[in-house]
Amino acid sequence: MECQECHERPATLHFTKVINGSKTENHVCEHCAKEKGYVSYGEEAYSLHDLLSGLFNFEPSSLNEQTSKDITSQHHLKCLKCGMTYQEFTKVGKFGCASCYDAFSERLNPIFRRVHSGNIVHDGKIPKRIGSNIHQKKQLNEHKEKLQELIQSEEFEQAAQVRDQIKEIEKGIKPNGEGEV
Amino acid sequence: MSLQQFINEAISPWMKEEGPDSDIVMSTRIRLARNFDQTPFPIIAKSQNLEKILDFFQQEYHHQSFNNYHDLEFVKMSDLQPIEKRVLVEKHLISPHLAENAELGGALISKNEQVSVMVNEEDHIRVQLYFPGFQLEEALDQAFELDDWLEEKINYAFDEKKGYLTSCPTNVGTGMRASVMMHLPALTLTQKVNRMIPAINQLGLVVRGIYGEGSEALGNIFQISNQITLGRSERDIVEDLQSVVNKLVEQERKARHILVEQSELQLEDRIFRSCGVLQYSRIIESKETAKCLSDVRLGIDIGYIENIPKTILNELMVLTQPGFLQQYAKKTLSPHERDILRASLIRERLKLEK
Ligand SMILES: [Zn+2]
Ligand SMILES: [Zn+2]
Repeated sequence: MECQECHERPATLHFTKVINGSKTENHVCEHCAKEKGYVSYGEEAYSLHDLLSGLFNFEPSSLNEQTSKDITSQHHLKCLKCGMTYQEFTKVGKFGCASCYDAFSERLNPIFRRVHSGNIVHDGKIPKRIGSNIHQKKQLNEHKEKLQELIQSEEFEQAAQVRDQIKEIEKGIKPNGEGEV
Repeated sequence: MSLQQFINEAISPWMKEEGPDSDIVMSTRIRLARNFDQTPFPIIAKSQNLEKILDFFQQEYHHQSFNNYHDLEFVKMSDLQPIEKRVLVEKHLISPHLAENAELGGALISKNEQVSVMVNEEDHIRVQLYFPGFQLEEALDQAFELDDWLEEKINYAFDEKKGYLTSCPTNVGTGMRASVMMHLPALTLTQKVNRMIPAINQLGLVVRGIYGEGSEALGNIFQISNQITLGRSERDIVEDLQSVVNKLVEQERKARHILVEQSELQLEDRIFRSCGVLQYSRIIESKETAKCLSDVRLGIDIGYIENIPKTILNELMVLTQPGFLQQYAKKTLSPHERDILRASLIRERLKLEK
């Protein structure tokens, strides 16, 4: 199989890309893979630059007033924690810190969909130690919502019970220490 | 240093073991990407942040043991010579990126070299585990245990919806890359592998040829790995990979069988010619080396060649890379000098078996 980019060397990297919901096959040689950004750091077999540039390039061409406003606002998206702007992110293709995920969240799902075959929600391992809190936090939120409902409907006796349950759960949650070393 | 001694140091202990399906599957690897939750990722972190992480690893994990992985050793990239780093790269213990770009990088490596935790690479932490042969489930179990062990002392960047947060959006979610290294000479020779690749890609798996100095696939060695990390669990991903690898193993065995039946003499001729080249050449490039090693390994698996150990392909593929050759010579070598040393090292290595 020859490389689809240079048509000279044999293709040695083979993968699919999802563009607008349809899968395309890609067969490139190592040289072109590096040149065209299909691989980063010689390990990841994926063209993120390609994906990102493809994603952003088409936006300005289909302008109307509303979307042009959106684009202006997207330039102002910035992660307050690490200082990275959304624009920088699209250029580098890497996040600056964990908080970038929140800061740019409104823009990220289309990217995740493209990179991960349409998926946007994690389904896999949860950290053993801090993960137990995630489960409890979920419970806590549910109880708090219930408490509000009970107070609204003036069912104070039940509300008191739920409030006690909330206290119990809160006791069980370990303080989420700073992740800094 | 004698060649035997050099080889003993050059080849990771785990590589000398024979794993399941080792006639076709050379090795299995699981990699997990993890980050500290309050520290910027290495790409933009300040040096003091990265130094803090290095110190943390030095203090908490240097000389520790975990399960079968004894006496973990933490090394800082800044303490290594370029050639030492290159050798770690050729042993796949660290990535080229860590060796070349991460001045404040480090690696925590177990004595048997089965575990390597890269520190301050693209992510703060990249846990890697290697297993001989085809052992995806075992590798995943061990990776999870090691991950839990590290997490006892580290608050990972994790989000309920997005999973493990990584510097690159291609790794978010599980942060896992599972890969299997396969030797597929018969499927390549019969050109069947090209026809199978698109179907494998359709399952969200990536197929890669392995490289030496040039830009061509070497030695009929292919790496199959998962592309997607978000929205599917590690177990599901590994299951998919496992079924594809099983299929490839089955097809490769079938293709070998057919080759032997239909063109035994040509095959035998090809294998023994390659054997001759390795035993007698005086100058040999890495590309020819890979081709001949692949042939000889096939010859061993089929039973044509009996006095050479099976691990020779893995071993010499590692040993004949530029970094190792130069470490063996204890000096920098030009490509031509490397070709000469490569030929002589291979001849010597094969003599050890006589
Ligand atoms: Zn090409
Ligand atoms: Zn940030």
